[in-house]
Formats: sequence, C-alpha cells, structure tokens
Amino acid sequence: MNRATSPTDWKGNVMQTRIAKRYAAERRFKLFGLGAVLLSGAFLAFLLFVMVGNGARGFTYTHVAVPVDFKAMPLTIDAARLGDPDADQVIANAGLADIVAFAADEALGDGGSALISENAWKEVRSAIKDDPELLRGKTLFELPAASAVDVIAKDGGKGELAARVDALAKDGKLSTGIHWPFFKNADATDPAVAGIWGALKGSVLTIFIAFIIAFPTGVLAALYLEEYAAKNRWTDLIEVSINNLAAVPSIIFGLLALAVFINWFGLCQASPLVGGLTLALMTMPVIVIASRNAIKAVPPSIRDAALGVGASPVQVVFHHVLPLALPGILTGTIIGMARALGETAPLLLVGMRAFIGDVPGGICSPSTVLPMQIFLWSDEVDRGFVEKTSAAIIVLLIVLLSMNALAIYLRNKFEKRW
Amino acid sequence: MTMTQEDLTIADPKMTARGIDVFYGQKQAINNVSIDVGTDLVTAFIGPSGCGKSTFLRSLNRMNDTVAGARVTGTILLDGEDIYAPSMDVVQLRARVGMVFQKPNPFPKSIYDNVAYGPRIHGLAPTKADLDGVVERALTRAGLWDEVKDRLGESGTALSGGQQQRLCIARAIAVDPEVILMDEPCSALDPIATAKIEELIHELRGKFAIVIVTHNMQQAARVSQRTAFFHLGTLVEYGKTTDIFTNPKQERTKDYITGRYG
Repeated sequence: MNRATSPTDWKGNVMQTRIAKRYAAERRFKLFGLGAVLLSGAFLAFLLFVMVGNGARGFTYTHVAVPVDFKAMPLTIDAARLGDPDADQVIANAGLADIVAFAADEALGDGGSALISENAWKEVRSAIKDDPELLRGKTLFELPAASAVDVIAKDGGKGELAARVDALAKDGKLSTGIHWPFFKNADATDPAVAGIWGALKGSVLTIFIAFIIAFPTGVLAALYLEEYAAKNRWTDLIEVSINNLAAVPSIIFGLLALAVFINWFGLCQASPLVGGLTLALMTMPVIVIASRNAIKAVPPSIRDAALGVGASPVQVVFHHVLPLALPGILTGTIIGMARALGETAPLLLVGMRAFIGDVPGGICSPSTVLPMQIFLWSDEVDRGFVEKTSAAIIVLLIVLLSMNALAIYLRNKFEKRW
Repeated sequence: MTMTQEDLTIADPKMTARGIDVFYGQKQAINNVSIDVGTDLVTAFIGPSGCGKSTFLRSLNRMNDTVAGARVTGTILLDGEDIYAPSMDVVQLRARVGMVFQKPNPFPKSIYDNVAYGPRIHGLAPTKADLDGVVERALTRAGLWDEVKDRLGESGTALSGGQQQRLCIARAIAVDPEVILMDEPCSALDPIATAKIEELIHELRGKFAIVIVTHNMQQAARVSQRTAFFHLGTLVEYGKTTDIFTNPKQERTKDYITGRYG
C-alpha cells in the first residue's frame, strides 16, 4: 500500500457539494425546457382562441326578415324567360332591386331599405329563378342585412342605427346563420356578398401549377446530383448556388417572375399560371435540398445489393433509391408547398393583389390567393371585413394544417424499415 | 517474392486475373496481383484487415466502378473475355458474377420480391409460373425454402440475420450466375448461422465458381479448396488450401496462419 495520494473521499463535503450542484443543474435545465414548451403552447392556444373567437363569426351573417308581396308590386316578368341564360338580366331590368327596397321600407319603416344589403335583391332573384311560382304571392325572405347592421347585431353599438337594430331584434326580425355566400363567392366591396371561394380556388390552382413544375424538376435535379453527377468543383458550385437560392428573399423571385414570365414570355398577368411559376421557382431549391438529404439517407448497402444482381443505375434509382427516399422527399415537398401557399410578397409583383370580383375559371384567368385576400381585407375600411379577415385566416390555417396532416400520413404510409 | 507459375495456373480457370493494380485516388490498394479462379472450386481470400482482399474481390465484378476515384489496371478475364473491355456490359457482367455482401442487405420488400428482382429485371422468367419456379428453386438451393415457403409475402428484413444472408444468397443465385463472390458473408452472423452458410457453400460448389473473402482462417480451411493469402495489397501465396495451411512456402503466410500477426 504505497499510494502517492490519499484515496478519493466519495462521501466528503467537496463531493457532496458537487453532487448537489449537478442535481440543481439538471433540475434547472428541465425547468427551462418545460417553460419553453409551456410558453409556445400558450402562444398557440392564444392564437387559436383569438382566431376562432373572432373568425367563427365571420362565417355567419345577420339576416333580416322582409316579406315581399309580388302581387301588389308593379313587377312584370315573363315566366317563360326565367330558364334563359340571360334570366339574371331579365329580372334585373324588370326593377326587382327597387321592389325589394320598397318592400324593406314598408316592412321595416322609414329608411328600411338601408338596413338590408344593397345586394339583398340578388338573393330574391335566385329564389325566383328556382321557383317562379313565388311571383304569384307573398313570401317572407330572410335577406342579408347591411354590413353596418351586421356589425351592430354582433358587437353592439351606440347611436340611432343601434337603437333601430335593437328594436328589430326585439321584434324577432333578425336571425343569424351560416353565411353560404362566403364559401361560394369571390371578393366584393359589400361584406354581405364577399366570399373566400375565389381566393381559395386561386390558391389551389396556383399551388397545383407550382407543384407540377417544382416537384418533378426538383426531384430529378436531386437524383442527378446525388446519383450521377461527378463530385467536382462544378457540382460544389451548383450545391452552393442551390443553398443560396433557398435563402433568397421571396420578393426577389417576384421581380424575376415579372421580368421573365410577364414582360418577356408575355404570359397572362395576375393568373394562377404565373403565380404558380413564381412559387415553383421559390420552392424548387427547398425540394432539391430535402430530396438530396432523403436520397443520401438511403443506405449504400441497398444500392450495392441492386447493383450486385445486375441492376442498371437507372433501375437502382427507380426501383430502390427513389421508393426508399420518397417519404422524406414528400415531407420536404409538402412543407415547401405549405410555405408557398402562405406566400404573398412574390405574388404582389405579378399582379395578384388586384381586386378580383370573379371566381377564376382557369389557370389563365385573373385571380388572387388566400394570404393576399387576407391582406386586402385587412386593409378595408368597412368594419364588416374585420371578421371576414379572421374567417379567411381560419380557412388558410385549415388548408395549411390539412397539408401538414397529409405530409405526416404520406410519410407513415411509405416509410419502410430495414 | 518467388511465386512459381504452377501456383497461379489452374486447368480450365473460370476467371483469370493478371497484373492487377487497384488505386483509390493516389493510394494504391492492390499491387500486381495475378490469380486464377477455378470453375468447380471454392477459392478463399484470407489476410489481415486492410490487406486489399475485399478490394480485389470487388474488382472481379467491377463493383469498384461505383467508388469515386477507384481505378483498376491489368487484365481480368471471365471465360477468356476481358471484363474491363469497352465492349463488356457491366450490367450483364454483374448478372454473371453475382455478389453476397458482408452485412445481409435484403431489399425492404417481400421475400418473394427479393428473390424475383434479378430474374425480373433481366427478363429471365417470362410468365408468373416461371418466376414462381425460379424463386422456389433459388430458395431451395439456398436452403431457405422450407423455412419461408408459407410466408413469401413477408418482408425480407423481418427474417433473422442468418436467414437474411441466405436470402441474399438466394437472390444472387436466382439470376443463375457463373461465379458468386462472397465478401465476408458470415462476419455478422452467429456460429449456428455461420455453420449453415458454410454447409450451403459446400452444396453450391460445383454449380458455381465461388470466391469467398474471410477473416476466419478455420472457415477458409473448412470451405475452400484453394486459398490466397493477401498482405499489404500484394498476393503473398496462392495454392491448395491444404498446402497453405499445413505447409506454407512463405514466411509471412506461416506467421499469419500461426497467429503471429493479423
């Protein structure tokens, strides 16, 4: 026993202090982590709470009960022409708008026509088109209220109009229900008829174009770079360029698209086609990077196995590497697409921020997209658009969440273990 | 180095290598190796780690082509045909010279599809019935048929390690190769699975020319008729397995097989 130093005193004071400090550090770290999780959870809960609270009311609208007695009105419409393609015009020319306004004045008192939406008569028109028999009698219509009335009915208010609205509510003439035009129409100046469908369809078309261009190009580029390209200075340069491209601010892509697609190629402005091409440019680097990582993660032993039985390089790629990399590729693609879906800046420059009153008919018709619609509505003066904005945000979030859910589903479906 | 011509030559060789050098970039991994592989024989390559035996094996079916910077010089003939000639189709070469790897690497597909993959891509079985026959024969030859015949649809990766390796052997023989290269096929397996693979190598001998790389000298002694000892990228000694293990001509071989280094 000739130890140079005394044996370590594991039970001594110095050691006990070290142990206590170590435990404290562990506890502190755990608490910080928990705190971070709770904070982000609270933010998410707050966001959802506020959004759903405000936005849910954007899906409903106040209606006013107005009886219209067509027999007593000087309205002459040839019932035979109601099936014609120009039936809308025929009814409008017959002065239905004035008649509905008159009926509202009569039913709701002086200035009653100001209490209903200026587009309310269009609902009457479609009712007549559905059932021409209505023209022979008296019908009680639930007509959309004017935007100001809707706001007061939901939020309350002060002044003369508020008093009238309260009176109407007491008389049981107001009702609230799901506002279907919101899901069917495009943008409008009157909140009573403004809808999200135009922007939603525009978004879907735009993302579709972006996907069919960016996905194949991105995946093929990644496959080529990983499986075929020689590793030299040129491929290094390309790799750096792609990584930089993924970090370029999106508005730059908008300028590029404006210069190339619109000014040079002369493609249709403000259309899902040009918007989709722009977003494809923006998303492709993301897809290339995600795909390369997924391809790199395929074990080399699988490539060896396939080459060993005499598969050609193309067969190795399409029979083995691509199927195994697909979950990762799809996840990356959908996340890139979700980012593109929420993008506004590059689309500003190709004209998609214009007021578009029609639902886009195809990929070359003028259209807007969901985030742009949110931006436009948030800028509106009419208070009725506040709730519409929140409702549009909810629609956008639902679309994004379902895309993420799809990504998770696809990943689980195609994932293979070895 | 004194290697006589009779050490190298075998009557009716399946593969003949002459003056093979392999480079990885600037580094030379194999230096002037010449060897014959017999048609009806099992040839074992032994040697310490990093001696180049796997590298040399992989140049026999041009798997080194896939390694960036790898370069092979010299001549390798398969039935008298130069496998590095421009007219040689690499895909067909690898179908004729199959390979089994160190780690079992079945495809993450069903057992059936694993075996059927080779015949499918080479168009060897035109009908479903033909393909069924090919799969059954290959699995039977690999000694796996009785264990898996009721679950051909299950994933190949769900099998045990030894079964996976036999599945890989079945996959290699399903395309009916002339030569099978085995790169340390038992190094990831337990002794029982190893014994099964060795038994299988005995049964396959005569049907295919077999070249096996192994760390395990007892294994080389058990399964092979010819043994080549590699050291530091050179072929030190090549001859009948019994001669190599009982009466090595070279001092280095003797040191290695008696466990002096390695």
